[in-house]
Amino acid sequence: MTHSDLSIDLGFCRLKNPVIAASGTFGYGTEFSRFFDLNRLGGFVVKGLYSTPRPGNPPPRLVETASGLINAIGLQGIGVKRFCQEILPQLQDLDTAVIINVCGSHEEEYAAVAEHLDGFEGIAAYELNVSCPNVSTGGSCPALDPEATHRIVSLVKKSCRRPLITKLSPNTGKIIEVAKSAEEAGSDAISLVNTFLAMAIDAKTRRPKLANVLGGLSGPAIKPIALRMVYQVAQEIRIPVIGMGGITTSEDVLEYMIAGASAVEVGTANFVDPEAIPLIIDELDVYCQTHNIERLASLTGTLAPL
Amino acid sequence: MYSAILFRTIFGKTMRKDPQARILHKQNWGDYFILALESPRITSEAHPGQFLMVRVGETSFPLLRRPFSIHAVQDNALEIFFQTTGLGTRQLSLKQEGDRLDILGPLGRGFNLDIEGSTPKAALVGGGRGIAPLYFLSESLRLQGVSATIYYGGRTVEDLPLRKKFLAAGYPLHCSTEDGSYGFKGLITDHLIQDLKQNPADRIYACGPDGMLKRLAEISQEYSIPAELSLEAIMGCGFGACWGCVHRLKKDQEIGWQKICEDGPVFPAEMIIWEKE
Repeated sequence: MTHSDLSIDLGFCRLKNPVIAASGTFGYGTEFSRFFDLNRLGGFVVKGLYSTPRPGNPPPRLVETASGLINAIGLQGIGVKRFCQEILPQLQDLDTAVIINVCGSHEEEYAAVAEHLDGFEGIAAYELNVSCPNVSTGGSCPALDPEATHRIVSLVKKSCRRPLITKLSPNTGKIIEVAKSAEEAGSDAISLVNTFLAMAIDAKTRRPKLANVLGGLSGPAIKPIALRMVYQVAQEIRIPVIGMGGITTSEDVLEYMIAGASAVEVGTANFVDPEAIPLIIDELDVYCQTHNIERLASLTGTLAPL
Repeated sequence: MYSAILFRTIFGKTMRKDPQARILHKQNWGDYFILALESPRITSEAHPGQFLMVRVGETSFPLLRRPFSIHAVQDNALEIFFQTTGLGTRQLSLKQEGDRLDILGPLGRGFNLDIEGSTPKAALVGGGRGIAPLYFLSESLRLQGVSATIYYGGRTVEDLPLRKKFLAAGYPLHCSTEDGSYGFKGLITDHLIQDLKQNPADRIYACGPDGMLKRLAEISQEYSIPAELSLEAIMGCGFGACWGCVHRLKKDQEIGWQKICEDGPVFPAEMIIWEKE
């Protein structure tokens, strides 16, 4: 069987296929090597890293809702230094794009994390997490505001040597403005969307179902809204768009690409089926062959008139 | 020290997905169910205290798999024992013999079976549906020459559907109900304390509600009996990727949120930090 060309050129980085595992849903990557060869992935984004370890939020941290999952993990993690010592060496020989999700509780911390990572090899790009809703009360984050996003992106861009993907939040009415300001500040790509600020209540006890009260909604429930945002943003910027939100099948991937995404990230589906991404990649290959598509990348931004 | 089998599973090398595990038989008592699932490889690698993540439907609602501890293993099949408490378990309870289930397992770190002494004795304490892993455990302990006494508590007699199964297998069984409808009237932990005087144990193994486990951690200290407690949690993935199922634990002298799915679900009692009430 001949294979179709699934590869994607993001300009700063070439991917084997458009499917990237999303940050926060793929651990540090090693959790999934028990299930499949990580080299099959277009790439993966490791769980967000701060300069120091973070304890995370108290439980309950998860609640399932209709076709969705609300999480308030609180970016628990080992910090960038331990990551570089203990985990990164296990990832450096992989033949797939290893992307690091870079976090900060203030602007300088983002730059400090990126600078530390700059000292190590085997990393394709940084994804700037300016959009996690779970780490401060009320769900605020820099990606709600074009100016705050601009400041962080330009600061990190100046101080680090690797391509930057800025990950946007859907919890703003100004997503196009935020995307444009990230582009102006030098971001090499945009990824969207992070989770939707959400909550769930136990009506019997009148208590919130999450200890953090608020969390981020992901999963198939958010796909139509996320797809709309990818479509709107992709029409307004020139840098590549990486689309995500509720992808579970190859058809979802195709929808995002047609809407304007050059590549996609798959998140919550990894929890449901640790082999979700290799299955999606196989389906994409079959799709291209059945429909005589030589290069999958040619689908990007090809929404046809009704 | 943990056994060689456990050492392997700590690193998860044996975990796998079986998308086509066939339901061989089904048993039901009120809200409680047993499903026997044919899955030769997962069965052969299972250790008591480990669990499965089971996909209960084909669609996106419910979205996540549900965790179930391994209740029993026999030949090529393993059993799960569960109570219908929500949408996921209700859907699962509707499955019939011959249906196939998508399962992941065996997951997590199970019970440490090594007990010192020439004729070691273990007290196995199950609260309600928490009895689930203790059958597999009692059968494995028997193979190691450990004599197991079962303490099985519930709110009412309806919560003790497995009492005949343990009796038929020949285990000494002590039951309690909060309403006095069967056995000792009161909490199983009080029943245990009463019985420990005549029937001392070298190890406590338990699974059940947090209140019961917390009391057993105190009993473990008071009576100087090491205890291994299996925690229950809402889980996102079951294999360490989502960080959703944490509990406060003491590990390497540090206290923090640790993953129940990967570091547990079974922990030595002294590792578990209980929240103040």
